[in-house]
Amino acid sequence: MNSLKQKSLVSINDFTKQQQLMILDMAQEFEKNPRRQILSSYVIASLFFEPSTRTRLSFESAISMLGGRIIGFSEAGSSSVSKGESLRDTIKTVNNYSDLIIMRHPLDGSARFASEVSTVPIVNAGDGANQHPTQTLLDMYTIRQTQGTLDNIKIGFVGDLKYGRTVHSLTMALTNFNAEFYFVSPRFLAIPQQYKDELDKSGLRYAEKSNINEIVEEVDILYMTRIQRERFSDPAEYEKVKNSYELQKNDLHSAKANMKVLHPLPRVNEINIDVDETEKAYYFEQALNGVYVRQAIISMILGVI
Amino acid sequence: MMKELIVNAIDNGTVIDHIPSHSVIKVARLLKLDECDSTTIMGMNMTSGKLGSKGLIKVRDVYFMPEEINKISLVAPQATLSIIENYNVKEKRVVEAPDEIIGLVKCPNAKCITNHEQLTTHFKVTAKNPAIKLQCRYCEKVIDQDEIKIL
Repeated sequence: MNSLKQKSLVSINDFTKQQQLMILDMAQEFEKNPRRQILSSYVIASLFFEPSTRTRLSFESAISMLGGRIIGFSEAGSSSVSKGESLRDTIKTVNNYSDLIIMRHPLDGSARFASEVSTVPIVNAGDGANQHPTQTLLDMYTIRQTQGTLDNIKIGFVGDLKYGRTVHSLTMALTNFNAEFYFVSPRFLAIPQQYKDELDKSGLRYAEKSNINEIVEEVDILYMTRIQRERFSDPAEYEKVKNSYELQKNDLHSAKANMKVLHPLPRVNEINIDVDETEKAYYFEQALNGVYVRQAIISMILGVI
Repeated sequence: MMKELIVNAIDNGTVIDHIPSHSVIKVARLLKLDECDSTTIMGMNMTSGKLGSKGLIKVRDVYFMPEEINKISLVAPQATLSIIENYNVKEKRVVEAPDEIIGLVKCPNAKCITNHEQLTTHFKVTAKNPAIKLQCRYCEKVIDQDEIKIL
């Protein structure tokens, strides 16, 4: 039975471990056959209150391949929000025009609020610094694809771990799979205490490090994220530490055979392009997986499979 | 100075004791004592063995429901409550944090939707001892006791 039918996806914690695995299994089916006309009678709203390239195009590509129609906007400036309309009113209007709403919004918690006022399911495509659950599911899909399992993996997160919502969500999701965690970041961008508390509560092992090289040979997955230079009050400070958080091809010599480098993209300097030519680089495949995972999520929520 | 000159005893009503002094006004507001017609005595910065300095509130002929009293845990988790009848303590109760806090607390996250749209704040109580921790239903941020601001 499809327990996801008509359910909103706001936070990764809204879905049980079994439901998450069901989505990954279904995504695997879409990977084999991503073009089917199963959404041809559906209208899906794509409301991007802040700009996004990858996530929006990935959703739109996923829906288009399944024959669905998309309505919406790609920035708040082209919606009634620019006239001062509340989110409540926007959602209560758009839910009359569509079967499902995909939404990205700059405020934390906006997707939960939208799911409470909407008559159709909401899929959160990122609410401020809070959640981005479809990214988490595609990350989980990619980990399982490259490692053959989600259980007992060792994962290293590198970069801005304080504000990086993908890191927070994936950390929480992997607590169900007995993962071991390494966190590499400047001290002022460290993983927030609330996530360490959760790992402690689950009895999982984690360590905080200050340099990529301390973890490369340990991990199965090296999950890189962008550090915004603007977070440093002194640009010279960034120059001093950047090598600790920027991955070069040379850093990968000691990596395990099965190790893969992931990144939610866009990248700036944190992965040198010389890494792209190595077999460790897997971030573009990861981005492609977003299409299959989103096809699975939308189809299961609409109940067409 | 004689004790009874500092705080008079009440014949019937409720005494809330062991409130941190800086939280006395907040407790009074939470219990809507500012809208109450009964005789109310509030004390702050009183000597206490347990807290060093404490506050207390006595309200004559007023009794509270457990859910009203449990709100106090947000600002005075160690508070104790005595029901007074004919100058005697009839019953003592401890304050217990509820599992959810609805419409009472402001989310300290400036980017939380609750600070931008008209909606009722809603927190899950994720820890009760020794200090309270709340998690916003919307932005999912966990807030500590000292960040709690009453609406």
